[in-house]
Amino acid sequence: MDARRGSLPVPRVRQVGFFTPNAPPAPTRSQSGPPNSSSPPLPESPASNSLSPVMIPPPRHHSDNLAAAPRPTSPLPVPEPSPFRRRGAHAGADNNAPLVGSYNPTETLLAMSPPATRSPSDSHAGDGESEVAMSGGWFRRSNSAKLASSLPSGTFDFSSVQSTAEALKPTKVQNRVGVSEASGRPAPKEQQPEAPSSSKQPKPKLTKAERRALQESQRAAKAATKASGGGKSVAASEEVTTVKSVKQHQTQKKDAPHVAVSVAASERKGGDKSQEKERRKDAPAPRMQFDDKSRVDKAKRRSVVDQTEARNRVELFRHLPQYEHGTQLADLESKFLQLDPMHPAIYKVGLQYLAGDISGGNARCIAMLQAFQQVIQDYSTPPEKTLQRDLTAKISSYVSFFTQCRPLSMSMGNAIRFLKNRIAKLPLSLSESESKSSICSDIDRFINEKIVLADRVIVQHASSKVKDGDVLLVYGSSCVVEMILLHSHELGKQFRVIVVDSRPKLEGKALLRRLVVKGVHCTYTHINAVSYVMHEVTKVFLGASSVLSNGTVYSRVGTACVAMVAHAFRVPVIICCEAYKFHERVQLDSICSNELGDPDAIGKVPGRMDVNYLDDVSNSVNLQLLNLMYDATPADYVSMIVTDYGMIPPTSVPVIVREYRRDHLLI
Amino acid sequence: MWWRSPSFILDNRQQQQPYDTARGDALSIPLSSPLPPSTTMADPNPNPNPNPLTDKISAYYQTRAAHHGVVSSDWLAQAQAAVGHLPEGDDDANTTDQGASSGKPFSVIDEFNNWRKQPDLAEAVAAIRALAAVIRNSQATTMMELEIELKKASDSLKSWDTTSISLTAGCDLFMRYVTRTSALEYEDFNSAKTRLIERAEKFGEISYKARKIIAMLSQDFIFDGCTILVHGFSRVVLEVLKTAAQSKKLFRVFCTEGRPDRTGLRLSNELAKLDVPVKLLIDSAVAYSMDEVDMVFVGADGVVESGGIINMMGTYQIALVAHSMNKPVYVAAESYKFARLYPLDQKDMGPALRPIEFGVPIPSKVEVETSARDYTPPQYLTLLFTDLGVLTPSVVSDELIQLYL
Repeated sequence: MDARRGSLPVPRVRQVGFFTPNAPPAPTRSQSGPPNSSSPPLPESPASNSLSPVMIPPPRHHSDNLAAAPRPTSPLPVPEPSPFRRRGAHAGADNNAPLVGSYNPTETLLAMSPPATRSPSDSHAGDGESEVAMSGGWFRRSNSAKLASSLPSGTFDFSSVQSTAEALKPTKVQNRVGVSEASGRPAPKEQQPEAPSSSKQPKPKLTKAERRALQESQRAAKAATKASGGGKSVAASEEVTTVKSVKQHQTQKKDAPHVAVSVAASERKGGDKSQEKERRKDAPAPRMQFDDKSRVDKAKRRSVVDQTEARNRVELFRHLPQYEHGTQLADLESKFLQLDPMHPAIYKVGLQYLAGDISGGNARCIAMLQAFQQVIQDYSTPPEKTLQRDLTAKISSYVSFFTQCRPLSMSMGNAIRFLKNRIAKLPLSLSESESKSSICSDIDRFINEKIVLADRVIVQHASSKVKDGDVLLVYGSSCVVEMILLHSHELGKQFRVIVVDSRPKLEGKALLRRLVVKGVHCTYTHINAVSYVMHEVTKVFLGASSVLSNGTVYSRVGTACVAMVAHAFRVPVIICCEAYKFHERVQLDSICSNELGDPDAIGKVPGRMDVNYLDDVSNSVNLQLLNLMYDATPADYVSMIVTDYGMIPPTSVPVIVREYRRDHLLI
Repeated sequence: MWWRSPSFILDNRQQQQPYDTARGDALSIPLSSPLPPSTTMADPNPNPNPNPLTDKISAYYQTRAAHHGVVSSDWLAQAQAAVGHLPEGDDDANTTDQGASSGKPFSVIDEFNNWRKQPDLAEAVAAIRALAAVIRNSQATTMMELEIELKKASDSLKSWDTTSISLTAGCDLFMRYVTRTSALEYEDFNSAKTRLIERAEKFGEISYKARKIIAMLSQDFIFDGCTILVHGFSRVVLEVLKTAAQSKKLFRVFCTEGRPDRTGLRLSNELAKLDVPVKLLIDSAVAYSMDEVDMVFVGADGVVESGGIINMMGTYQIALVAHSMNKPVYVAAESYKFARLYPLDQKDMGPALRPIEFGVPIPSKVEVETSARDYTPPQYLTLLFTDLGVLTPSVVSDELIQLYL
């Protein structure tokens, strides 16, 4: 919304035209095309179809899905512009049905309007459209394929129709403007200045089925054109992308004063929220791409935690959230009293996440579940609401708060899924107190069976692999690995431990201390020396944050390095991981999904004045600090995964996921 | 496949009703008619030391050596007699079983030893038959009681010979059938008991059938003019090659010698009888002749969870050589050899030792590696032929998870 407004002074049309000089009227058109077609997941589509229609057909571009799927962190995703957009489409379809024929109506409409009328309002329209397109994060990406491909064929298409279209166009547009203003739709104020876009509203009277059919046909047409015009100007469009992102950035800045407007918009959106949450429950939300500015801004406006973004982010990892650390905590504490909907337990745990007081997959998960337990105990269903729905919505909002504090781990995602599933499956006949106690006991059972008992089983299995005379290498600090070592030590096995550690967290030191106190023979070294110590190692025990279904182990950064060195030395690598951390996702690298830590942590060495070379250059544009938190170890380097279901090869992870996923949810 | 679901068991039973009853008769008649125990079986197979804890000789590998080992002319005659008169072997075992149950207190280990003297009977089958005898002799009156009794018996069996994977797997499998199957619900105790016994009786036949299935499955992989390297003696591999020879495939076989019990000699003998061109190699000539080989066929003592196999010593190095020369390594193994073990390396198994004859006295200062088996990791295996189908190594774990979890 505000994105559009902000953009008004910027002559957007010219810019885009610059990149596609061969298609004179195309810029606006091509701009408006993609968002239109990819915006079918309408906020007002009834809640009953909780899976948005866009999710069902095979996406033409991955970015479509990004746009459509609900996001945990941005409560106001794309659909915002879509009401107008869609109505516009229908208006176009209705009015121009004969002339548009096979092609996407809005596209034609918009494409034609500039040459037809050249009225200021129209240029605004184009402008607005393009801006909307930009504000949807997917657009920048879809651009590269879609814009490029739809351009040429679209033009031909268009030229064939143009003669008739031109005859009809001007009057139509004006007509519609008049109608929209006359109809006095109770639209938010910010709509008014954009007459043309709102002018396409007055035909919202299509039935759902019709709309669906229309969208389908549009989509098909799009796909066809895309196929025909395929990849001619991909390179060019890539340029478009980058330049545009810069521009977008500017416009975002201009947006700042319009926050009030956005608040209004968000209020208007209130109704959609619950539906979105419904959807969110079903479809695993894709992570927010933090390189997409508008979305981040939107999320930020809503967010409770005031995060300052780090300045120099590493190019490859721009899609991950990165914030300046240390500033938010005080700010959040000061806000405590203003945040009425947040339960104090949630707030506390969130702050602990933020401050890093709770870390480690199991600890975080247990803390979260226990906070939820308290919430549920204090919960009372508001009048005229059902516990199932309202509580799920509440938990979703808490989850998004947690996500703002620190990105969720996959194990937490699984636990949340379990919890929501339990809530949704509650029989309606139960009274409120009964349901509450049932959920609480479910949570207890989850913690007990999936974490505590699972750990115990893992320890049993893994310590059977520890033999006398072994030299075990561990990396970082994993609680289950620590339990294994201590248990084996209690069994009287004679073994030696090499604790490998790495900057900046130096988590291994705490582990080392606990082991040494218990009387375990330990060696401590940093990861730099891992290739040196590896030749004497007989087994490597590693923890994991998550194990993905291709066997990839997602764990503390450095794990992959240790595993690879071990593999090269033919030392068996044993991963210890509870089965609730298994995830059906497949990931091939550690770039697409990761977490960025505080960049200062690697830039500065506390207490060492002599090595603080970066002090004065830390704000330089040329310096980008990358502090990754996780990495992905390919399955090839893993000899065995010890889980609560026994010792399995990494190739069997999908079996566990498939056979026991239902158990995870149902217990 | 047969244990995948109880419904399958029922279907199978219905299909094979006539056959089963016939077989049941065959088994029950000898039970009732006490024949003088024939000693032909026992003689060439000196009883393995039943106490492996004192000297760590693996009973399993002793038996193997006795069954498939050194070929002598009189042994061949005896073996042929034994193979030709399998029912006789059954008689023998059954009668001793009866004698055991009536006279001295019943011991599952004696029972097991009786069963496994038969060269054609797989160890897992022997274990299951022994457990069936436990059921037969049990005084238990409830299912729970019976279960506890069985558990004890299987534990004692397993601890009696820890080196035998198929013994452990057979016990586990049968225990699982008793404890987990739903086929036994809704029945009174006695019929459940008889059903368990029936089941155990059928097991031998199933193991035989598994070999047939494996032989059929592997036919697609043996092509005319190929050269197959086999290691040691494996009944399944023999069955595979026999079926291939019978279906008029033209192939030749390289047999390793299979020191120290020279089981390869036995196999080459059997193959020569089938008119298959055979060449004997000493164990150290594997790499030398690998370039002529098109595929390697081995059996397995046990298939472990990683998808690797535990087999007689020398398999690992053959697999390594074959892998480095890009030759496929096929493993033929019945599914009851799947064990819930996960060795990480060669030493990560209980030692299974076996005396080795060198022909000359070895000075006492010289240490001799007497381990009888090695572990071949899954990355060196191409495919496993089992009665569940042709599997890649990684599927083994899936099957095990589905079976035991």
